[in-house]
Amino acid sequence: MVQNNYNKKVDWVTIVIYAILVLFGWINIYAANYNPENPVFFDMGMEYAKQLIWISASMVLIWVIFMTDSKFYVAFSNILYGVAVFLLFSVIFLGKEINGAKSWFELGPIRFQPAELAKIATALTLARMMSRHDFTFKKFKNLASIIAIWALPVLCIFLQNDTGSALVFFVFILPFYREGLPGSILVFGLMGAIVSVLTLVYPPYSVLALIIVGALVALFVKTDKKITGIALMYGVGAFAIVLGLFYIVGLNLRWELFMLVGILAFSIVVLIKGFSKKIKAVVPIAIFMWGAVVFTFSSSYFVNDVLSEYQRNRVYVLLGFKDDPLGAGYNVNQSKIAIGSGGFSGKGYLQGTQTKFDFVPEQSTDFIFCTVGEEWGYLGTLTVVILFVFLMIRLIFLAEKQHSSFSRIYGYCVASIFFYHFTINIGMTIGLAPVIGIPLPFFSYGGSSLWGFTTLLFIFLKLDTNRSELIR
Amino acid sequence: MENISRRTIVIALIFIFIGITFAIKLFILQVYDPSYKFSAANNTQKEIINFPARGLVYDRNGKLIVSNQADYDLMVVPRELKSMDSLDFCNALEISIEDLRQLFAGMRSRLRNRKISRIKPSVFYRQLSAKQYGYLQEKLYKYDGFFVQRRTLRKYEYPNAAHILGYISEVGASDIKKDDYYISGDYHGKNGIESTYENFLRGEKGYKYVLVDVHGREKGAFRDGQSDIPAKAGKDIKLTIDVDLQQYGEQLMQNKIGAIVALEPSTGEILSLVSAPHFDPSLLVGKKRAGNFAALNADTLKPLFNRAIMGRYPPGSTFKPLMGAIGLQEGVLTPETKYECNGGYWVGRFHQGCHAHYSPWDLRKAIANSCNAYFSQIFRSVIDQPKTSTVQDGFELWKNYLVNFGLGYKLGVDFSNEDRGFIPNSDYYDKWYNKSWSSLTVVSLAIGQGELGTTPIQMANMCAAIGNEGYYYTPHIIKEIESDTIPSKYKAKRATGIDKENFEPIKDGMEMAVWGDMGTAGLARIPDLTICGKTGTAQNPHGEDHSVFMAFAPKENPQIAIAVYVENGGYGSTWAAPIASLMVEKYLNKEVHSSRKWIEKRMLEGDLVHGSE
Repeated sequence: MVQNNYNKKVDWVTIVIYAILVLFGWINIYAANYNPENPVFFDMGMEYAKQLIWISASMVLIWVIFMTDSKFYVAFSNILYGVAVFLLFSVIFLGKEINGAKSWFELGPIRFQPAELAKIATALTLARMMSRHDFTFKKFKNLASIIAIWALPVLCIFLQNDTGSALVFFVFILPFYREGLPGSILVFGLMGAIVSVLTLVYPPYSVLALIIVGALVALFVKTDKKITGIALMYGVGAFAIVLGLFYIVGLNLRWELFMLVGILAFSIVVLIKGFSKKIKAVVPIAIFMWGAVVFTFSSSYFVNDVLSEYQRNRVYVLLGFKDDPLGAGYNVNQSKIAIGSGGFSGKGYLQGTQTKFDFVPEQSTDFIFCTVGEEWGYLGTLTVVILFVFLMIRLIFLAEKQHSSFSRIYGYCVASIFFYHFTINIGMTIGLAPVIGIPLPFFSYGGSSLWGFTTLLFIFLKLDTNRSELIR
Repeated sequence: MENISRRTIVIALIFIFIGITFAIKLFILQVYDPSYKFSAANNTQKEIINFPARGLVYDRNGKLIVSNQADYDLMVVPRELKSMDSLDFCNALEISIEDLRQLFAGMRSRLRNRKISRIKPSVFYRQLSAKQYGYLQEKLYKYDGFFVQRRTLRKYEYPNAAHILGYISEVGASDIKKDDYYISGDYHGKNGIESTYENFLRGEKGYKYVLVDVHGREKGAFRDGQSDIPAKAGKDIKLTIDVDLQQYGEQLMQNKIGAIVALEPSTGEILSLVSAPHFDPSLLVGKKRAGNFAALNADTLKPLFNRAIMGRYPPGSTFKPLMGAIGLQEGVLTPETKYECNGGYWVGRFHQGCHAHYSPWDLRKAIANSCNAYFSQIFRSVIDQPKTSTVQDGFELWKNYLVNFGLGYKLGVDFSNEDRGFIPNSDYYDKWYNKSWSSLTVVSLAIGQGELGTTPIQMANMCAAIGNEGYYYTPHIIKEIESDTIPSKYKAKRATGIDKENFEPIKDGMEMAVWGDMGTAGLARIPDLTICGKTGTAQNPHGEDHSVFMAFAPKENPQIAIAVYVENGGYGSTWAAPIASLMVEKYLNKEVHSSRKWIEKRMLEGDLVHGSE
């Protein structure tokens, strides 16, 4: 094969998306810092000026990454991982406490978050481990080493009290799934996470309703319409009769109890019908339903009845449901107002009112998406969402083209990390995700995160230039 | 693309699913839902704060002491100000153009100094009268940038207990920094229970979100009020004081300087806490607060100083019962031990004087007649015991008893500015006398003089501990908090380390002080009541002696313990004893016996402040 020039091998589409995101992010940081009462065109002390420096430094970083041989990333992944874990561990003792988390090193004017490095190092090390030709999730030894590599940084970051960064690592379940982890684990993991978060936000009965719907869908797919219909009929019937009886007697009990009666009737009918027709799938479905019921109630009971008010608040703060003395959801409310006030086409650049004057906290870092929403409107926010989704999908399809499984797995890790940040960050600004203080890649102000994401992405683009080779 | 696996598609679909969810939610937020939709004409959403009413304050019998009254502040958002008809505005506010000019100048200077924000509301004119408010409310739409904020002010049902209640003032920058509940312009409790129980009394602010148009006019609730947070009124509290007794105490102390503290010995509850001169708490409400505060602060009699908990006085002879109890506990005497007194306590050329009296006496009589020589003997016997090898050890042993009675340290009452009093320790004398001192050097402590300093509340508490025969509860003013509990430290029994039986002769002596033939406090006799007391005449380097008295009644299961200080009042028996006995009588019998009306009259009319030269 003829050696093409380097430009042809680099995936320019991704680079263009990267450039657009970084540039658009900077424009919005400028807007978030802009003070209409005292308009100054450029002030070296402001965040937008510093961000410009971080962006310029990223160019150098990209150059260095492209100049480095791809084999380096394989060879040095373990060492990098060791360094990252060492830093994560020492920051617990030596770090500077910011917002209750000891996750930053401070060296004069420079602040550095080892968790950023750990993300990259863990992705590389996992990729190296899993790209070994004899790797399979079925082998206990392999599974154990994967869990160990994964758990070590997670544990350290939890000890730093930086839950937001620690949760990122859970997204590696996506590359695991791609590499052969049973799909049911993905589903159960997702369900568990969703249910445990939902029970804290919504009353248990709404979560129970969700579980019933899930079970119905499963039944419908795995058995047949008839059983589903009959079981549903019995379930709703039992629910209605018990509710009616209590209403007539005049007893007012908690909703969830009636719901439990309904679920009980439903699952008994499903089991009986399923056995009579010899459909084995009903057993796991019934177990799943009752497991979910127990899980729902125990997490709700634990939070509401076992924990003291103080501890409960701590849990809520940890999960980000409560982070402001003015009441849970203050930030989210302000943020939603800012985004909503943008309308379809936005108020115009630098014309925002909600995203200035500290109405929205952490304006240029975690809540930068509000500025986009207010000043650029739905057109702006939709563009950002589409760009991110396009980037992530582009990354996994690029990953699939890799000859070397190391590159492929690493590509999935990169896409998944972006996915996590994208989901949580934008989700929290529009009230769909808990308020966890993590940045929006390329958008949020801050050198540490910009360099982290840039390195993450461009290592993969570098590997991609050698896509037809086997790197090991 | 033929080798793209099903799993890749699943992951891509997850990405797309989140993307579509966001696209839909953003569409609802930004395009579909009108409540978030604001035009480019700078329509905006405004936050209106609802200030909760502070909790009410009741006395121990459920009588309302402190309530609230409505109050309206004129607020301004500087950014929204437009040119306006200032003459009409002045008429509405009933102020002159010059005043208005000054108000604006003040606002501008605060803006320059970044004390207030251009885009957030701050107070422009405090506490509108009902008339001003009514008039302004109708015209306000003409004045962009102004609105009226409803708050509440305190209303005092009695002109008493100002020192207990404290007052409400605007929060300062440091308060806002300490507790982010507050924003500039908020009020908070200062001093007294308003400060101690601020977190219960203040309630929780509510927030209402409304849509406003270009002209600042409200266009209705934002999202039908779904985001609104209702204000929560403060919790009501019940105090341990008896407001009638408090009022009576302040009347008795008028034109005098000093303090009264009355406690319920079985609980440590403060029945009344008088600091004289007193003032009407209503003086420190609203607009007139600043002026009145300055006047009170400048008063040479220091009415703002809460002498009951902050005043440090020598205890004088009221200290003697405690000396007796310590002596008994240490076994250096029996109640029958007698000591000679020849006009005082003589050791070589050393002499501590005493009044002329029959001698020798036993412990009971020595207390009743306040013999200086007797307690000097006990004091020295305690310190120079064989079991303590050095004078320092002996002194510490003695001092620890005082500490056990709550002296020398803050008692932990629910007032922030309590004084700890002063009990010297042996280091203090080591430094003072360069380590060469003996029990004789410091023997004036035995009769409550010397370096000793105690607060009236410490004395009342010590008296309660004697009445209780060996224990006390930390004095406190809080009785109940609505749907909450009072601090547990006020429920804990504190032991003094002196056995119950050792108090019997002490109490006998204190009873004789009032009822005995030669007792020092005859004016404290209340018919049919076994009141036990002890007078004191505390030497005062700055002028005439302080008149001191402490008492409890009845002798068995006392229901009230009291300490009275009248500065420069001379003998304890002249002012403090009769005042204390009137307080006890008022509390236990609800009225003063006809045979004692003349004493009451003399006390009420007595004037030690405006006396002739």
